[in-house]
Amino acid sequence: MSTQKARFDIWSVVSLCLLALFLFFLVYPIGRLLIEAVYTDGIFSLDAFQEFFSKSYYYVSIFNSVKIALVVTVFSLLIGIPFSYFYSFYRLKGRKVLLILCLLCTMSAPFIGAYAWILLLGNSGLITKFIASLGLPTVSIYGFGGIVFVQVLKLFPLIVIYMNGAFRDIDNSLLEAAESMGCKGLDRFQRVTMALTMPTILAGALLVFMRSFADFGTPALIGRGYSTFPVLIYNQFLGENGSNYHFAAATSVIAVVVTAVIFIIQKVATSHFKFTINSLHPIDPKKPQGVGGFLMHGFCYVLVGVAMLPQLYIVNMSFRNYNNTILQPGYSLKNYQKAMQKLLTRSISNTLLISVITLAIIVVIAVLIAYLVVRRSNVLNHTIDTISMLPYIMPGAVIGISLILAFSRKPLAFTGTIGIMVIALAIRRMPFTSRSATAAMMKIPISIEEAALSLGAPRLSAFVKITVPMMGSGIISGAVLSFVSIITEMSSGVILYNNRTITLTLSTYAAIVNGTYGVAAVFATITMALTVLCLIVYLHFTDLDNVRM
Amino acid sequence: MSVTISIEHAIKKYGNLTVIPDLSVKIANGEFFTLLGPSGCGKTTLLRMIAGFNSIEGGSFRFNDKEINNVEPGKRGIGMVFQNYAIFPNLTVRKNVEFGLKYRNMPKDQMRQEADKFMKLVHVDDYADRMPEQLSGGQQQRIALARALVIEPDVLLMDEPLSNLDAKLRVEMRTIIKRIQHEVGITTVYVTHDQEEAMAISDRIAVMKDGVIHHCGKPENIYQRPADVFVATFIGKTNLITGQMSEEKGQACITVCGSYRLPFHTIRPDAVGHKEVTLSIRPEEFKVWRAGETAEGLKAIVRDSVFLGPNTHYFAQLESGEEVEIIQESEIDSIIQPGSSIVLTINAGKVNVFDKETSLSLMTGVKNSVELPEVGI
Repeated sequence: MSTQKARFDIWSVVSLCLLALFLFFLVYPIGRLLIEAVYTDGIFSLDAFQEFFSKSYYYVSIFNSVKIALVVTVFSLLIGIPFSYFYSFYRLKGRKVLLILCLLCTMSAPFIGAYAWILLLGNSGLITKFIASLGLPTVSIYGFGGIVFVQVLKLFPLIVIYMNGAFRDIDNSLLEAAESMGCKGLDRFQRVTMALTMPTILAGALLVFMRSFADFGTPALIGRGYSTFPVLIYNQFLGENGSNYHFAAATSVIAVVVTAVIFIIQKVATSHFKFTINSLHPIDPKKPQGVGGFLMHGFCYVLVGVAMLPQLYIVNMSFRNYNNTILQPGYSLKNYQKAMQKLLTRSISNTLLISVITLAIIVVIAVLIAYLVVRRSNVLNHTIDTISMLPYIMPGAVIGISLILAFSRKPLAFTGTIGIMVIALAIRRMPFTSRSATAAMMKIPISIEEAALSLGAPRLSAFVKITVPMMGSGIISGAVLSFVSIITEMSSGVILYNNRTITLTLSTYAAIVNGTYGVAAVFATITMALTVLCLIVYLHFTDLDNVRM
Repeated sequence: MSVTISIEHAIKKYGNLTVIPDLSVKIANGEFFTLLGPSGCGKTTLLRMIAGFNSIEGGSFRFNDKEINNVEPGKRGIGMVFQNYAIFPNLTVRKNVEFGLKYRNMPKDQMRQEADKFMKLVHVDDYADRMPEQLSGGQQQRIALARALVIEPDVLLMDEPLSNLDAKLRVEMRTIIKRIQHEVGITTVYVTHDQEEAMAISDRIAVMKDGVIHHCGKPENIYQRPADVFVATFIGKTNLITGQMSEEKGQACITVCGSYRLPFHTIRPDAVGHKEVTLSIRPEEFKVWRAGETAEGLKAIVRDSVFLGPNTHYFAQLESGEEVEIIQESEIDSIIQPGSSIVLTINAGKVNVFDKETSLSLMTGVKNSVELPEVGI
């Protein structure tokens, strides 16, 4: 609806403020990144791109990243869709527990899985040793296969969560109608069930691709020479001959081009599946029976078991006695004592401080954006919305580099402060939080607000007293998810942190790199404890059947 | 304090689309005024322009002498009741009703008293401390009414307030609304697409189509002497039949179906003449005769009959091929079987005649004016 002759009110001011914020903290850094990539000593030159494509070491890393992300996406779909199908169409025993564990896997810090698998399947890992003692050939967790393995276990729950939503929206009558026309079994699954969920499959696939593509921790820990682009950027940044910002910027630009292309392909594919289902009769899950039922249970429990294994093992290891990387017999709290010396309290307080501030900022901004987009639909507000979505296709490492380029020189010297960590995380999480806020906003009829206005409430007060409380649970559950991802964020932080601003995940990473495995396990365990706590809070506000990411 | 509403040459555009081209109407102080029309006719748009939720692209809107075109909705002195009630789900019934008072610097005690008074008026005082989700649609709508009235607005605006209720509750609620409006004596603008509801509740009705008021007047006049063919068909059921008007000694005569000729005394003198006309004959304005009972009339064949208790509906085909619907009081064991030949006569005093070309009424007694009604309400 085209409203007013652009009546200037409090919301116009909000629009302009948001635009200014985004221009300064997002557009300006991206601009700096682009400039850095194409200027050498003040002269326009594409030498960095030339170098990138002339050495196989460089361009192979992008190729590797895409390959990993694609393979991870395919496997996540292959595992996640059946899991979700069994979950949605059958009354599996302990289905709630299954889903909660699924959530926990995907909420946990990205590289903790990788680290735990090193302890299990690494050169001197528990399982490796066990297999070796049986005289069987051992498998290696390092390299391409390992990265895919670890990432799939971490990311397939995203597909499950997406698909659960899609399956729940299917109207049972559609399936019955298909059956009445003789379309049954696998044929029906393919032609009806899958076709109806295609938009969701594509959406889930994109998210998994982006997460996998941008993951720094996993390839850094278990890549072992299998180079991926976030690691490449990190190495350019921490190069032995000082930071090569120029080359890191060029690599970032190339990475964003790749993600943008993938993003566009996904959007084009999705546009072929535009329809809405009005679900009056949701699927009624059946009781699984016979061999099929047994296999379904087996599949789901083994999968979740394997995915949870590293988490549990880490907790166990945090209590084991270690001498650096060497495991000693016996259990104690020594690791926790050592961790205390290694900035444990600072890491925890930094993590909490950063998360709380970031969360407050993004929730406020996301709610404002949601309001502007839904209620004040105009060019300016859609521009703001589009800009706020940009980080969706920007891997964390790219955001990290951009911020360093933009804010390391006076008068804008924020690098090395808590502030820059907050900015990076807020930017990273903005697309997700603003999406969920917009979805919550859409559900509120405009007349509720008009009622408040007609009763004499000023615009801002109608918004704060009526609209925001009504968005309530939607905002809270979105916020808790954001909180978790902020706590477990790694890929932008690893470029931006220093000793003063270190967080739990970064301490974990530092401890692993330093070879103090026991201490790393402590940091990881505490991160996980925080994650579990968040999950409990989240489930308090969200019905298990309405989980969305 | 209640006001007179004057709207002059109102224009509403959405981009290039003009929804209301040029609309003027005056609503009297204390009047219950209804905007009636099919969906998309601009009635809700007009109401929201009065409320201030839609921009005004042209013309002037005045409450008494004060122009309100650029006044914020909250400062216009309106109370609004929405189609979906728009009850704040996060506040109790009492908090909902008190909501508007909070912006009027009222002491707490007085606020409570006022809220109590209006909750009693609409009979929701027993639920004051409940949350809205525990209440039925009818109760929620009454809360919405109390909430709109408690701030003592100059104008009460209601946007299809009953359309979400079931049929029985709708009839109940419209009586309640009418009673309360009368007690409070507030100028009320009411939007609905339900013509029966509009008739039951309104002092005056404006029948709208495509952003234009076709007929503005009292319910009975709109029903009995509609200003044009659209109003005749939209309000109540009617049959449209083509006829030929002729003049005999200054007296209008209309011939239908070539042979049935009858004199009309209700045609405006200036409209009498030779021309093609459209007759609007309501189903109850026919009288049915079995074949042979009368010579003068329209010959027809019954196609179908529907027995509805007190009345029986017949669907019949005239010799000209035109289909008509007829309503007759049901008699004992006398339903006319499909296929039977009948003869129809017309109650010429009630039938309306329109110019076939302009579709405007040719009758005396049409009272169509957007000015203030002559007699005080």
